[in-house]
Amino acid sequence: MLTIEGLRKSYPEPSGGRLQILNIPHFHMPAAEQLVLRGESGSGKTTLLQIISGISQADEGRISIDSIELTKLSEAARDRLRAAKIGFVFQTFNLLPAFTALENVRLGMTFGRGKYNVARARDLLGKVGLSDRMHYRPSQLSVGQQQRVAVARGLANQPRLLLADEPTANVDPANQQRIIDLIRDVCRQESVALLLVTHSDLIAQQFERVERLDQINLASQTMTVTT
Amino acid sequence: MNLFEIAWRNLRYRSLASFLTTMSMALGVGLTVLVMSISGVINQSLQRNSNVGYNLIVGSKGSSTQLVFNSVYYLSKPIENLKYSYYLEFLPGKLRQETYAKLGGNLKDPDRSGLYAMFTRTGFAIPICLGDYVGRFRAVATTPDFLNLLRHGERNDQEYAFAAGHNFVEESPENSFFEAVLGAEVARELNLTVGDSIQASHGSSGNFVHEQSFTVVGVLRATGTPNDRAAFVNMEGFYLLEDHAAPERDEESGLEKRKTSASSKESDETIETSKRKRLSIDKREVTSILLRSDFAMSIEKQINKTPHAQAVSPIAEIGGLLSMYITPVQWALLVLTLLVCVVSAVSILVSIYNSMNERTRDIAVMRALGASRDKVLSIILCESCLIAILGGAIGWIGAHAIAALCSPFVEARTGVKISFWSIHYPNELWVIPSLVIVGILAGLIPALVAYRTDVSKSL
Repeated sequence: MLTIEGLRKSYPEPSGGRLQILNIPHFHMPAAEQLVLRGESGSGKTTLLQIISGISQADEGRISIDSIELTKLSEAARDRLRAAKIGFVFQTFNLLPAFTALENVRLGMTFGRGKYNVARARDLLGKVGLSDRMHYRPSQLSVGQQQRVAVARGLANQPRLLLADEPTANVDPANQQRIIDLIRDVCRQESVALLLVTHSDLIAQQFERVERLDQINLASQTMTVTT
Repeated sequence: MNLFEIAWRNLRYRSLASFLTTMSMALGVGLTVLVMSISGVINQSLQRNSNVGYNLIVGSKGSSTQLVFNSVYYLSKPIENLKYSYYLEFLPGKLRQETYAKLGGNLKDPDRSGLYAMFTRTGFAIPICLGDYVGRFRAVATTPDFLNLLRHGERNDQEYAFAAGHNFVEESPENSFFEAVLGAEVARELNLTVGDSIQASHGSSGNFVHEQSFTVVGVLRATGTPNDRAAFVNMEGFYLLEDHAAPERDEESGLEKRKTSASSKESDETIETSKRKRLSIDKREVTSILLRSDFAMSIEKQINKTPHAQAVSPIAEIGGLLSMYITPVQWALLVLTLLVCVVSAVSILVSIYNSMNERTRDIAVMRALGASRDKVLSIILCESCLIAILGGAIGWIGAHAIAALCSPFVEARTGVKISFWSIHYPNELWVIPSLVIVGILAGLIPALVAYRTDVSKSL
């Protein structure tokens, strides 16, 4: 489902050199697999997710999602691919404050295939247990409820891959497990591959496959500065 | 959700700022439409009132605009008077003789036809005398022909209709020469009706009120012309009022001769008898003569060659006045209101632009959800578009509603009918869409900011 070959990404440094953040020779993730990615802060986890989703571009290498080579696509085509095949759940939820829970979920399917399926949005909110909060604005929801809306929104466009960037980091311990269970359950039901970034050992040990970025990323082992 | 729906949600979320910018756009568009409405009413009113059944005004030499203003609109002060014998030059031989026989006095060659009679054979010549007032309204001394022969209305085909009574006659058994007809507004404001008496005052100050009164025999229906604001009195009676006989002039200098105490006394003693006796030709003067002629161009040229009189076409004069003074002022006003719209457009720009800082993250989230740069640009343009269209629509509806509400008042004052759907072609058709386009363009800068949002840095 997701294949990465020879991925390199570096950023310019104030000194004039370039700091290499990512150097991943090979990484593969089958369809519907649920995987945890771990790593130190600043190790490039978020950068990797942004490159996989097509928000940022790699310097070198090849990424393919569902056999579509992302790195060869134009920005507009990457946007379309993201809208069609990738879902996002952010650490800070990033719900849009002007929209209700239902509208936030509908927004997740607006830019995709052009089908504004309100029934699916309602269904997803039902699955995350927010049937009675559909018309609430984010400011009227608790933190746990907001993250549940974010999960529903991430799955709204029926993605093939859900990228979850520390989705429980801002949630109290009681809610953390519920949200992880929720994400995993819904991904399983929808046959969606899950790439979840977390610092929590407790969460990580529940997954069959756990990858440490420092093990797959040669850059974190060397942290080379090239000029 | 479509892009307009998303834009609408964003506007609703920032409801106060959106409301204020929409209202500023509405104000700009509303002012523009109102200026166009007022300009339209002024133009229509002036043009329609300058076309009231006669095509020339003859008066003494002086300002042609002043002649039109005081003869048509009853504004401004009358210029010098013309001798009554000059008026007789517009009458055919028979009528001239009859008039001479009726009035008496000095008239050279009373048996011949008037010099300009051939030009008015298929038309008419109606004299008017101005100078007196009834309350704040002008007293127009004229002949019964004024209300019998003149027409008004959009196609200039409506006779003067009476709400009460009838036209005055030259001499009646009941009221002798002292009958009057009131315009609709005069009757309404002074609360006068048929059978009442009115006393004219000499000049606008109202200090000197003539003792002799006129009996109101008719009240006109509203016409939407300046005639609604005039009191028409019989010219024969007007001449018999104190100080209305032309002053005796020194033949050499042309200056007025001083009244002696003896002549004044004589005047007082004979006042009662003079009320029954018409003023002779040589003591009469007229302010202007309203002419209807099929040979207006020829007669105008001939009259304007003479040293004492001028002939003016009221339509041409008002047309000239419009193009020289009123139209430029109207354009200046329109430009000012368009500038208000530009300011409104800038306020749209500022409002949306200021919100961009707060919304960078929202835009980045939408991009992460798959929105392309074009789509986020379109969403911001939709927002400015909604404000501009909504503001424009509110302004347009508001201005037309105000125009419709003022319609009865405007119609009564000017005769110009305006309704909610009175659209000013072609200006309104291009000005309003242009304003909306300006509003949309105002959203372009913030839209470009949204377009350039760096998603990876903003998430």
